[in-house]
Amino acid sequence: MTNGWIDIKNTDMMLIMGGNPAENHPCGFKWPVEAKKTRNAKMIVVDPRFTRTAAVADLFLQIRAGTDIAFLGGLINHAIQNDRFAKDYLINYTNAAFIVKEGFKLPEDGLFSGFDGGAMTYEKSTWNYQEGGNVGPQSSGGQSGAAASSGRASSGTQAGSQPSTPPKGGEAMGGGHQAAGGPGASGQGGPKPPPMLPPNVAYDLSLQHPRSVFQLLKQQYSRYTPEMVERITGIPKDQFLKAADLFTSVRKNGDMKKAATIIYAVGWTQHTSGTQIIRTAAILQLILGNVGRAGGGVNALRGHSNIQGATDMGGVFDIFPGYLKIPQPSDTDLATFLKRTTPTPSKPAEWDSYNYWSNTPKFMVSFLKALYGDSAKKENDFNYHFLPKIDRKFSWTDMWDEMYAGKVKGLFAFGMNGVAIGPNSHKNIEALKKANWLVVCDIYPEETAEFWNSPGISKDDMKKINTTVYRLPGAGFAEKDGTFVNSARWLQWKYAAVPTAGNSKVDQEILARIFLKVRELYQDEGGKFPDPILNLSWAYTTPKNPALAEVAKEINGKALADLTDDTQPGITIKAGQQLPGFAWLRDDGTTACGNWLYSGSWTEAGPMMQRRGTDDPSGLGIYPNWAWSWPANRRVMYNRASCDPSGKPWDMERRQVWWNEAQQKWVGNDVPDFKADSKPADHMGPFIMNPEGVGRIFAPLAAFADGPFPEHYEPVESPIANPLHPQQSINPVAKKFKSDLDKLGTPDQGFNIVCTTYRLTEHYHYWTKNNPMNVQLVPEPFIEVPAQLADEMGITGGEKLKVTSARGIYIAKAMVTKRIKPMMIDGKKTYQIGIPIHWGYRGIAEDEGKTSKMTANQLSPAAIDPNAYTPEFKGFLVKIEKA
Amino acid sequence: MSSPRTFQIQEISAHPGTVPGQGTQRAVQVCKYIDVTTCIGCKACEVACVEWNDHPFRETTFDDTYQTMPSTQWNYWNLIKFAEDERDGNLMWLMRKDQCMHCEDPGCLRACPADGAIIKYENGIVDFQQENCIGCGYCISGCPFDIPKFNEKTKKVYKCTLCSDRVGQGLEPACIKACPTGCLHFGTKEDMVQIAGLRAKQLQEQSGFAAAGVYDPASIGGTHVIYVLHDINNPERYGLPKNPVIPPSYTYWKWIAKPTGLAMAVLGVAAVFLHRVFYGPKLPEPEAPETRTGPSDEIEAGRKETP
Repeated sequence: MTNGWIDIKNTDMMLIMGGNPAENHPCGFKWPVEAKKTRNAKMIVVDPRFTRTAAVADLFLQIRAGTDIAFLGGLINHAIQNDRFAKDYLINYTNAAFIVKEGFKLPEDGLFSGFDGGAMTYEKSTWNYQEGGNVGPQSSGGQSGAAASSGRASSGTQAGSQPSTPPKGGEAMGGGHQAAGGPGASGQGGPKPPPMLPPNVAYDLSLQHPRSVFQLLKQQYSRYTPEMVERITGIPKDQFLKAADLFTSVRKNGDMKKAATIIYAVGWTQHTSGTQIIRTAAILQLILGNVGRAGGGVNALRGHSNIQGATDMGGVFDIFPGYLKIPQPSDTDLATFLKRTTPTPSKPAEWDSYNYWSNTPKFMVSFLKALYGDSAKKENDFNYHFLPKIDRKFSWTDMWDEMYAGKVKGLFAFGMNGVAIGPNSHKNIEALKKANWLVVCDIYPEETAEFWNSPGISKDDMKKINTTVYRLPGAGFAEKDGTFVNSARWLQWKYAAVPTAGNSKVDQEILARIFLKVRELYQDEGGKFPDPILNLSWAYTTPKNPALAEVAKEINGKALADLTDDTQPGITIKAGQQLPGFAWLRDDGTTACGNWLYSGSWTEAGPMMQRRGTDDPSGLGIYPNWAWSWPANRRVMYNRASCDPSGKPWDMERRQVWWNEAQQKWVGNDVPDFKADSKPADHMGPFIMNPEGVGRIFAPLAAFADGPFPEHYEPVESPIANPLHPQQSINPVAKKFKSDLDKLGTPDQGFNIVCTTYRLTEHYHYWTKNNPMNVQLVPEPFIEVPAQLADEMGITGGEKLKVTSARGIYIAKAMVTKRIKPMMIDGKKTYQIGIPIHWGYRGIAEDEGKTSKMTANQLSPAAIDPNAYTPEFKGFLVKIEKA
Repeated sequence: MSSPRTFQIQEISAHPGTVPGQGTQRAVQVCKYIDVTTCIGCKACEVACVEWNDHPFRETTFDDTYQTMPSTQWNYWNLIKFAEDERDGNLMWLMRKDQCMHCEDPGCLRACPADGAIIKYENGIVDFQQENCIGCGYCISGCPFDIPKFNEKTKKVYKCTLCSDRVGQGLEPACIKACPTGCLHFGTKEDMVQIAGLRAKQLQEQSGFAAAGVYDPASIGGTHVIYVLHDINNPERYGLPKNPVIPPSYTYWKWIAKPTGLAMAVLGVAAVFLHRVFYGPKLPEPEAPETRTGPSDEIEAGRKETP
């Protein structure tokens, strides 16, 4: 979340889409309800089904699964056409005024410029800004500043109107970070240097230049008319216009006081264009001026209690903790790696950019020191060469694919159930049959550990499976202490409620004991490359069972030598002391830090993450002394954007931070997410993590694999050809797997019903099917079927249905409901059905023989988003019949 | 409001004479507030009720709905009722928490012939005292909301107590504590009626529900559980009677049938006395052994019980 759960109470308008918080985040949902009750905030819910969230919405629209970009693009078009956008914000805080390079082409035919049909990738050199200065109409008048050229009387500020001195420092070269590409993107290397962002970007503050980002944006979404939205999404034009008018009403008549929020979850991410759906929402929020503001933002609701923490700590194959990149083979030494991954500013010369990722070397070296301790020295590149270099994608679905291909020989499965998770669970089961070994750490017997006993495997088949399965006795959440990081980015310490049961062990003990044994083997037997294991720092009081408090302190980081800072005179951090925050990190090996983003969470003052202060002086729900929020205890990110260019809050009643002229610094109720002493006149951009300093409406170069602007593509299995460009219906760079088990279905083959999958309030993933209380609330699996479809097929509620996709079948009882209605999709009557995912072949109902012992994800396809590698669990094709 | 003193008994079922201590103190009336317009049907209240009252887990069956079971049970006192409805062509999914309404004029109490089986406290809570229950089931037919439920095994009737045990200790009922959205509140009747009225007004003026209102039916003197409904003119849509009444037979029961019954009872007691005199006492039959005898980790398993 850019904001946080409690902050939702400050909003005036909610768009809840791609998420169902009332069902999946019921406790957090108190804040949307609070906004409704105390501010008369309006709630728009867009979902393939009428959910329990929809039940309390002011307006509900039923959308076809997988068409979110069409809807959101329609909203962008509506906002622009009806002059309902935040002009000052747009000009000063986004790249709307930047000029895009000649040769860049919008995807009218479904493809952006640079598509390589052979490699099925984009060559992205045209996805860049034009080099140069002010090219706007007033540019002939000499050196002109930001707001002066904007020609906006309404802004009434001096901000940016004084040309400021360009900031000092590395201006020669821009945006190495952006040129980086994904792992393997530049795999073979070659002498040609990757394209860079220009340090001095051409811009036109009148936004009239035909290649200005704003004009391109306008052109891109002019195709997303209400009629087109209706054809693609199935939302009738009048309903769409009602929603569009309501949502953009926060910027009616140029008003900047109101704030609207967008709330989403995996209903957006689990598509082959998932990342771009979220991008569309970000663009919409940027043009409406809603990012960085109380009651605004783009807010991802995380679906597990600590999935935010898992991502922050590098639980993804291509990042290290703190979102540091993982080296590629071409990064032959630390300097090369840091040069590639450390961005340099790219902006109009008159503006300033903090470019916070310029600190990457400090974060990275401190991380290496935390990993390898004393053995990491400047002379040996801080053991940089111990790090793995990735030459291809090791995403979730790639991993299963490689196991199915016989290349991945073993799997550790901790805290997840890979077979049930899918996608294409049958393939995962077949893959595990080919593995040599499988280690599962869980608290219940589950589908992955018992893959060999899945439906359809006979006793004879079983004998042919040679995979050795090891089951480790894990502990449940209430038996463990440590932190959870919630959606609002808070690190909150929790305490074990009960001791572990029987012989079960906490995760860190299991992992530590495995590690120590492996290290012993390397010590005794050597091996191909023992150094990274033998030199790993393991300085815990109880090596076999490290206390999580010690690990948390290690993650926060400490000084390895006495530290002083010119900007903080009189303060010395003594060697061995915990660091107060990431501003103290050094790239010379004098600091160690496991994750720079979490630096400040356990300082010399104690565990900030254990704080339980309930004071909220501003009344905005900031609660600065409750737990600790990354980064630097900021509760709303990019909060500089809550002020106008002169540093005055857009809305005084919900003011978070502001410029204090007397103190010459940014102050406020929240921690300013900004360079504290950067004067408004310097025109430093509020989006300090971008080299531009401003929000990206146009995302240049390698930021995304599938285009600088989001474009609607159909799901890989779709009932229609894309009405925007039938010849390029799906995302051209979405990855589809090619094994014999990776089949895709088409309407011609009879797969003409759109299927989506989801969770229920009453259950939690594949886990609570073992708990009698949850089973009592929802006893067995079901399939939600529109009443009209049931009538046509002669199905009644409770009857068994067989759902078939190109990959598998699923059998469960029908729940006949009016909550899913038939839709007209591009003139074609289309039905959607829904399947909750919670069941499998082990559990109370399963063991009692009440279910067909199948997992819902036997139906879903292994086709993945090219940016986040998330599979398309939602919006695939099936057919249904009576079982 | 919720000190033990509020539990001054106001009325006792089938009790001859006055209520001991009546009129010696005045207690604040308590009330549960349920805003169905912000209920998300998460069933946290259902679980809290089962857990607090230590009820066994029940086996349920799929019934083409999100609703846990068709109606409340003798050991399942709190149930969200789901209904798919339409308003101006738009679908509505109504979720209403169903439980005892704690009527100001309780039909169950009127109907009950057993002295002290049903009592109503000065604070408005209507409570069943199973030790005095004779299992006649009259309370079931006396209730306009279909709440009291008979347990075949114990031959007694049970229902929501409004967590009188918690309220007596200054706590809110378990369902209120568990509610994540704040659609449930607990307080004095006066306060709850006021916030309900404000919420209904907000729904009328801000959310386009012109007929929003507070369900606190006057026909039974009001209730100690009140609802905010989107449409007060059609409470039937939520499964609530528009004009709940106690069956007439029970309203004049008190004056006619009860004395008659009492006379019958006196005769019955005399008969028992004579039986005892001539045939001696009946020895109690041995009780079935408790199922919950295992160590603590077996308690959960022991709690599972077929209804």
